Amino acid sequence: MELLQYFLDNLELLGTLTLEHISLVGVAVGIATLTGVPIGIAITKNERVAKSVLYIASIIVTIPSIALFGIMIPILSIIGQGIGYLPAVIAVLLYSQLPIIRNTYTAINNVDPALREAARGVGMSQNQRLRMVEIPLAVPVIMAGVRTAVVLNIGVMAIAAYIGAGGLGTLISRGISQSDPRQLILGAVAVSVLAIIVDYALLALQKRLTPKGMEREAAAT
Amino acid sequence: MIRLDNLTKVFDTPKGAVTAADHISMEVPSGEICILLGPSGCGKTTTLKMINRIVRPTSGKVFINGEDTSSLDTQDLRRNIGYVIQQIGLFPNMTIEENITVVPKLLGWDKAKYRERAREMMRMIAMEPDAFLKRYPSELSGGQQQRIGVARALAADPPVMLMDEPFGAIDPINRAVIQDEFLKMQQELNKTIMFVSHDIDEAIKMGDRIAIFREGKLVQYSEPDELLAAPKNDFVESFLGEDRALKRLNLVKIRDLASEEIGLVRPDDTLATALQRIESYGYVNSIVMVNDKRQPVGIINAAVARTTHGHCRDHYQSVPVVVTLDDDLRKVASLMFAHDMTWVPCVDDDGRIVGQITQRAITHHLGSRYRAHSKGEDNAKAAEASPSPAIKE
Repeated sequence: MELLQYFLDNLELLGTLTLEHISLVGVAVGIATLTGVPIGIAITKNERVAKSVLYIASIIVTIPSIALFGIMIPILSIIGQGIGYLPAVIAVLLYSQLPIIRNTYTAINNVDPALREAARGVGMSQNQRLRMVEIPLAVPVIMAGVRTAVVLNIGVMAIAAYIGAGGLGTLISRGISQSDPRQLILGAVAVSVLAIIVDYALLALQKRLTPKGMEREAAAT
Repeated sequence: MIRLDNLTKVFDTPKGAVTAADHISMEVPSGEICILLGPSGCGKTTTLKMINRIVRPTSGKVFINGEDTSSLDTQDLRRNIGYVIQQIGLFPNMTIEENITVVPKLLGWDKAKYRERAREMMRMIAMEPDAFLKRYPSELSGGQQQRIGVARALAADPPVMLMDEPFGAIDPINRAVIQDEFLKMQQELNKTIMFVSHDIDEAIKMGDRIAIFREGKLVQYSEPDELLAAPKNDFVESFLGEDRALKRLNLVKIRDLASEEIGLVRPDDTLATALQRIESYGYVNSIVMVNDKRQPVGIINAAVARTTHGHCRDHYQSVPVVVTLDDDLRKVASLMFAHDMTWVPCVDDDGRIVGQITQRAITHHLGSRYRAHSKGEDNAKAAEASPSPAIKE
């Protein structure tokens, strides 16, 4: 009961922090999509480059977020941004590369060779093939990568509160430092609920972006 | 017209260079269907795909309607060649209409023109435009999808079509239907077509000419009847199969072999007359009885004629079978076996008797080309063996 009361009393704060959290993750994953998808498409042209790029992206994901923030403090201090918004966005941007690049690469690479041949056979240029056939067919899988990145990084962003980035992690870090379980629990639950809701919202978006003729196939997978 | 001039493809593989197509030279006259036939790995598909540069030739040239295509831009070349593949390859993210109009769009037609063209193509392949144009490929059966595949290839009205085992993935019943539809369309369209197949029966049915490939080389390039009658070597012979003589039955119309001479009786003739005619025409079992319009109305059995007196009109049995002059030999041979007959009366469109076709005529026709062929070979051998003038039979 006490927890519920606390929740209701702090509704406004919770709303502000949630919006902050969403905007941080949104901006970071948004930029990550704009970089990751073109990279994912580009590396389909060369298997060796693809292997190295995916390898590097995998290594980045293995760096613990706290360590990543720590590394960035001295580097970004040069431009006076050692803590706060910028390192948080950069960290999420880096973590998002792997799921987005890998899914894009896999999706484009897995386009049925017969379709690729048909597209060449009707006289499409390389760009036309990408635009008219390969990317539309890859959209569901690329979107799945974006979803993974978002859900993964809603969690990572909670830790960014420690470097003063704001967001729902603020409640958790304050809860720990002030030994206040109410804040801690509220923050943790809010992060989880947010992840679940955003995942469903993106799933709905994924379905809308899936080309109509592929709905049946997409439903089967 | 498609002309290939020493077209060659060498693939570099880890095991060394593999020559997939070795100096292929051939010409397909305008409006004809040429079937590239052979076992898998014989180079037929590679040869086909070099024409629209899906496979880039190592050397050699391709001419289309006399023009050397090596000077053309790859995309332009492909947009002017219809291409149908076995896996169909309709774009699943596009509607049927978008699939059909993809080449016209790439060629920059205006919208009204290519939309009307889509409707026209649907009517040509006998599918209702309003029912299908807005649907997606996944909603169609395999046979319907390949009809759309053919429509897509034909949409920009290219003079030349390449078809890579186009009907290979379709069930046998639908395949026969689509083959027939396609032949009917081709009669009007008169495209120059290269068609890869591994099915000898399909090749005989569809092809004006057949090119047999083996290990990257063009072994024999002939019209189907010529191919079956005179296979060039043991490989072609074994590839065509032991029953190749029977396959020729499809290719010959009864018109070519029917004899106008046929023994007939009329209802008023006596059985004695009938028996006499049976014997004089050399029939074994029976003779046909016709009415005033020369339409067959019955047959008189030799056994009956021998043992009974009276008129034909009182002692006839129904005519078991007649054929028309446009039927092929396969049909008549089958009927002969089924009814245990050595001859079958032929009728015209009005059902009047115009002649007969005999088992003898069929076997003679099928055999004559073999005999001519093997005789030629014997002579050649004889000429080789002795420098003196070849011994004639």
